[in-house]
Amino acid sequence: MTDTSLDRGAESLVKPDLSAARIRKRHRAEFRFKAYGLFAIAVAVAFLTLFLGTIIVRGIPGFFQTYVLLDVDIAPEVADPSGAGTPDSVRRGNYSVLLRDALLQDFPDASGRTERRDLANILSPIARFNLQDEVVADPSLVGQQVQEWFLMSDDADRFFKGITTADMPADQRRLTDQQVAWLQALEAEGKVETRFDWNFFTVGNSAEPEAAGMGAAIVGSLLTMMVMLILCVPVGVLAAIYLEEFAPKNKITDIIEININNLAAVPSIVFGLLGLAVFLSFFGLPRSAPLVGGIVLALMTLPTIIITTRAALKAVPPSIREGAVALGASKLQSVTHHVLPLALPGILTGTIIGLAQALGETAPLLLIGMFAFVQEAPNGILDTATVIPVQIYSWADQAERAYEAKTSAAIMVLLFFLISMNAVAVLLRRRFERRW
Amino acid sequence: MSRDMNKAENGEAAASAMAALDSLTKAGKDSDIEMKMTARDTNVYYGSAHALKHVDLDIPARQVMSLIGPSGCGKSTFLRCLNRMNDVIDGCRVDGDMRLDGEDIYDPKLDVVQLRARVGMVFQKPNPFPKSVFDNIAYGPRIHGIARNSSMLEEVVTTSLQRAGLWDEVKDRLHEPGTGLSGGQQQRLCIARAIAVSPEVILMDEPCSALDPIATAKIEELMDELRKNFTIVIVTHSMQQAARVSQRTAFFHLGSLVETAETDEIFTNPKDERTQGYITGRYG
Repeated sequence: MTDTSLDRGAESLVKPDLSAARIRKRHRAEFRFKAYGLFAIAVAVAFLTLFLGTIIVRGIPGFFQTYVLLDVDIAPEVADPSGAGTPDSVRRGNYSVLLRDALLQDFPDASGRTERRDLANILSPIARFNLQDEVVADPSLVGQQVQEWFLMSDDADRFFKGITTADMPADQRRLTDQQVAWLQALEAEGKVETRFDWNFFTVGNSAEPEAAGMGAAIVGSLLTMMVMLILCVPVGVLAAIYLEEFAPKNKITDIIEININNLAAVPSIVFGLLGLAVFLSFFGLPRSAPLVGGIVLALMTLPTIIITTRAALKAVPPSIREGAVALGASKLQSVTHHVLPLALPGILTGTIIGLAQALGETAPLLLIGMFAFVQEAPNGILDTATVIPVQIYSWADQAERAYEAKTSAAIMVLLFFLISMNAVAVLLRRRFERRW
Repeated sequence: MSRDMNKAENGEAAASAMAALDSLTKAGKDSDIEMKMTARDTNVYYGSAHALKHVDLDIPARQVMSLIGPSGCGKSTFLRCLNRMNDVIDGCRVDGDMRLDGEDIYDPKLDVVQLRARVGMVFQKPNPFPKSVFDNIAYGPRIHGIARNSSMLEEVVTTSLQRAGLWDEVKDRLHEPGTGLSGGQQQRLCIARAIAVSPEVILMDEPCSALDPIATAKIEELMDELRKNFTIVIVTHSMQQAARVSQRTAFFHLGSLVETAETDEIFTNPKDERTQGYITGRYG
């Protein structure tokens, strides 16, 4: 019985089909597969280019601001009505009148209230504060003539950046024909300059887009990240070391592990609700403070740090632990002397990736009130603060068109931070990666 | 005798005591040889699997003893009982009476760290720490406070490397990573690392299975040299190696100790049919 079936098996043994048609078919399948892959990559690259290109094209003007050169006659009767010559008395001067008069010197033909107001509007409302600050700092300027660069309004700025042009119909631009003529005249005289705006990185938010910066948001982000790191790195790393190296493997640790993984998948806004309910309502911590933001982000990032740290510890081969233990090292010694130093690059990479994730987080921070108009950089972790992504969100919501460039510029700054952090993570991994 | 003794097991314990008495003659028949370690009625369970069954074995001092047997026969498991490396495996349970110089090594009062300082181990795959050659050797002396200052430490490192026959090859690269050495050098580095703690017993778990014949020959030479000062227990798959390096051999099969005797005797005149079958290559 068995013999016959074996014989039949030998007889019916089929030779492999090595025909050219079959091989061509296989080659075609491989080629098709490669083509699908290339297509997918091309689509991804195209989207990425479109995305980055749009942001860069829109954002670059946001880093520049236009200034106009004016000869301002600091008339004593306007700048220092009481004549005392002290910082306090010059603070009460009417500096918008001084600036308007300076403009009227250049364009004496502007007549009537409307036209004169239009002329004054080519300057930023912030310009008079800049002049005021200067005179307050040095009251001896009263009675003198100064030649200086003043910030222009967002509409004038957009004109010189070529976003609005003279050819556009007057009702589609926010500048009157008369204003356009003035701006062109100023430009012809070489009194207009568009410069890189360093203030963008140092000053806080402003109601005027030409004067708005993200300095306060950068400081707020730094403080929030600091609180987050101090809280979640020690807790996360210690939890991971205990779970991976010391904890017995039983039902309880299984449940803990599953829940850590679940926690990593919880939408971030839920952590914001938790922060609102627990830290603000129950513990009464201040709203909009980097302290609360940091705590909420630390809770959100904790699972990421625990999971990456455990993975880094797992990647250390058990033979290293055995080698140490066989020499008479205690469990703790084998971990601190051997496993931890080897896992450190992985732990650092995980921490940086968690940090980058938290840096870009918006939703939970909106809920704890970090969606605030912050003009001054926070001085401490209890001050009112905002962070970069929330700043981006609030600018994106503004009506003034000039905020569009600011929004994209702020996105570029955020992306710069994120990309450099990820680059550091990659470098660390490359530098310290070990192979066994 | 049995570690988890209770009333219900009394009968069994008495029986095993009889067996132990009986095996005293079997396991350590040359009464003039000093026995370094003794095992009586040793059982190991991985979860519910009974991996090592009632093993009685004596390990003579300053000799090489080899443990042979087919894969999965429990010889490595037995070896790892001798310095309690099985403790770190989840679900592994050991019972029986195991002594080092008459001292119960499974005594709850005994610090396992102290035991492992006295009973060193070398693994199948060389596992140097990813540190310098010097730090690899110096690690054990450092954690056990053997060297009080740096010149003493250098002394320990130098002698350990010399005794492991590695000194001439690495004396100019003491501060290069130990992982950069060749496989055979790495294994001798691991032996030097074990020696540096001045153990009394060195356990070797198939130390040559990842090495080429030349490196193997060097390790075998080294073992012969080391047995002047240390007691060595080696697990090996190579019967030629067992015959070359060891004075006594124990044959394990399916978790039981089948036979132990002088190496010459085992290979020329095995008492048990299973031993005969294994050494003549009928199975394994």
